[in-house]
Amino acid sequence: MFVYFLKKLIVVLPTFFGVTLVAFVFIRTLPGDPVMLMAGERGMSEERHVELMAEMGFDKPILVQYGVYLKQLAGGNFGTSIITKQPVLKEFTALFPATVELSLCAMLIAVFFGLPAGMIAATRRGSAFDHSVMTAALTGYSMPIFWWGLLLIIFFSGILGWTPVSGRVSLLYFFEPVTGFMLIDSLLSGQAGAFSSAVSHLILPAIVLGTIPLAVIARQTRSAMLEVLSEDYVRTARAKGLGPMRVIGLHALRNAMIPVITVIGLQVGVLFAGAILTETIFSWPGIGKWMVDSIFRRDYPAVQGGLLLIAAIVMIVNLVVDLLYGLINPQIRHTD
Amino acid sequence: MGCVTPSIQNSNVPKRAMPLLEIDNLSVTFQTAGGLFTAVDRVSLHIEPGEIVSIVGESGSGKSVAMLALMGLLPWTAGVTADVLRFDSQDLTTITKPQLRKIIGSQMAMIFQEPMTSLNPCFTVGFQLTETLKIHLGMNRAEQKRRAIELLELVGIPEPEKRLSAYPHQLSGGMNQRVMIAIAISCNPRLLIADEPTTALDVTIQAQILDLLLKLQKEKGMSLVLITHDMGVVAETAERVFVQYAGQQVEQQSVKGLFVSPHHPYTQALLNSLPERSHSRILPSIAGIVPGQFDKPRGCLFSPRCHYVTDLCREKPPIAGPVEFGYALCHYPLAEGVPTNYPEEVRA
Repeated sequence: MFVYFLKKLIVVLPTFFGVTLVAFVFIRTLPGDPVMLMAGERGMSEERHVELMAEMGFDKPILVQYGVYLKQLAGGNFGTSIITKQPVLKEFTALFPATVELSLCAMLIAVFFGLPAGMIAATRRGSAFDHSVMTAALTGYSMPIFWWGLLLIIFFSGILGWTPVSGRVSLLYFFEPVTGFMLIDSLLSGQAGAFSSAVSHLILPAIVLGTIPLAVIARQTRSAMLEVLSEDYVRTARAKGLGPMRVIGLHALRNAMIPVITVIGLQVGVLFAGAILTETIFSWPGIGKWMVDSIFRRDYPAVQGGLLLIAAIVMIVNLVVDLLYGLINPQIRHTD
Repeated sequence: MGCVTPSIQNSNVPKRAMPLLEIDNLSVTFQTAGGLFTAVDRVSLHIEPGEIVSIVGESGSGKSVAMLALMGLLPWTAGVTADVLRFDSQDLTTITKPQLRKIIGSQMAMIFQEPMTSLNPCFTVGFQLTETLKIHLGMNRAEQKRRAIELLELVGIPEPEKRLSAYPHQLSGGMNQRVMIAIAISCNPRLLIADEPTTALDVTIQAQILDLLLKLQKEKGMSLVLITHDMGVVAETAERVFVQYAGQQVEQQSVKGLFVSPHHPYTQALLNSLPERSHSRILPSIAGIVPGQFDKPRGCLFSPRCHYVTDLCREKPPIAGPVEFGYALCHYPLAEGVPTNYPEEVRA
């Protein structure tokens, strides 16, 4: 198992290196530079521009800049934001819990509804339930996030007035962040109504963000289940006189979980991409919104650092997924 | 449970006072895109306690499907009908699903053709073995483990305690089939159905597995239904044989009688194609293939391949013959290898 882990880890390292390169190059291909954007509409003299660029080290050849950046990274330094003069890592960790909270809730919704929907659809293949789940999944999968978010805001916030439009908690409540997770902090604060306010702020963005993963998980679960249900060992399980819950929920599901876990892992990447749109729509103060702002400001170190950290997290999640395969299916554990 | 005294070996007479399993006119149909497909056509089977019977037939003759129907293991798309379907005096046609689940796996167990795929790759041998002990017998963990080791020993698996934590892919096909057998006999079933239990195994292992099944059958006094297409296996094991062709039962006889004097032309053709019975350099075979859904003959289903076919065979489906002809489903059942009532003009 340890060797298996090491093998997977070795694959991750070059990927990480590739991400540094992509992050570094892409942000520099955007027109404009941080100095010009700071100057704004007033503009500035050519001399002052060159001077400021030199001050930030942007005058050197790009390869040298990349070398300096890698050296910084090797020392665990993700750079300092040009705009806020704060270390990128500090800004990231301050905002990250908000995104994690949102993504986790979105993923919970997706798994909680997607998995059973796919399972039931598979066991009743061709039924009305199957057809409606698959139609809904296709619709959900094809839904542009920003449009779907706006629709929900118009309906639930605008017409029904059930949920707030933006933010993480009502301004009526104020408490020091302890964990950074609003649901937990609001409970810890002990203020009446704070928790329900946090929930009502979270629910809509979580649904919006969870829609695509939900659709993907439901479809994948259904197809994996269909395949597994026709296996000999499922017939054996039934021949043992086991009830349908045990046959489907244990014997079949355990085998069907491998492709499902894979897509759940891949959806984490989709979640972060989706978080950028969702957080922007709902003014959710997480890293998605922060990344968008940083890109608009050409805050090179912030964008590079943010991309790298997000990529690292996605890679770690997929590494964990690889390890989970081994736990679920002993065959993988023993052959690798 | 009124057990019949074990003087049942004279089994040319299929109907007795209290059979363990009674099947009368079991039919299984599947609704397909091309219309109704009859996989099993009015099959009857009576099995006494402690008896070994064999169901023989080619692939697609419906021998497995009939037994799967009995166990309630067919997909819901299958239409199962039967005049009588009774196990141990319980009527299986009216029984509820939870009631049936109490019987299968404990009273009536089944093992399958492919041992490598019949066990769940995600669970240990011990887990899969103790499951039935927990569910049917309500044993606690310690009892389950003790019994599991005992069962593995019984089926001849060395180091049973170690094997409990092994996964199916770590064992050979023969070992996995032993595990399947251990699972099947875990609750001391009264009937064990073995669906081609040796087809996927090496020849040497085949013999071992068959010996094991026969040993367990004798020790436990259970009835054994052996589904096979291997006449050699039939000769070595069974007391009574049911021959099935294209979903129909074409003959039933004692093993001795069957090998000496088959009553149905199909049985005769099957026996003639056995390598050990062949006298020529080229192995005789039965020309043609089993009719499918769309090319079912109007008359006798075997008529297109039959050596003795007449116009009557092509036109009119035969009815089962008398006991002395092994209920042969033939217009001219064979006696001593010669068709009876055979029209003179054809013979000439």
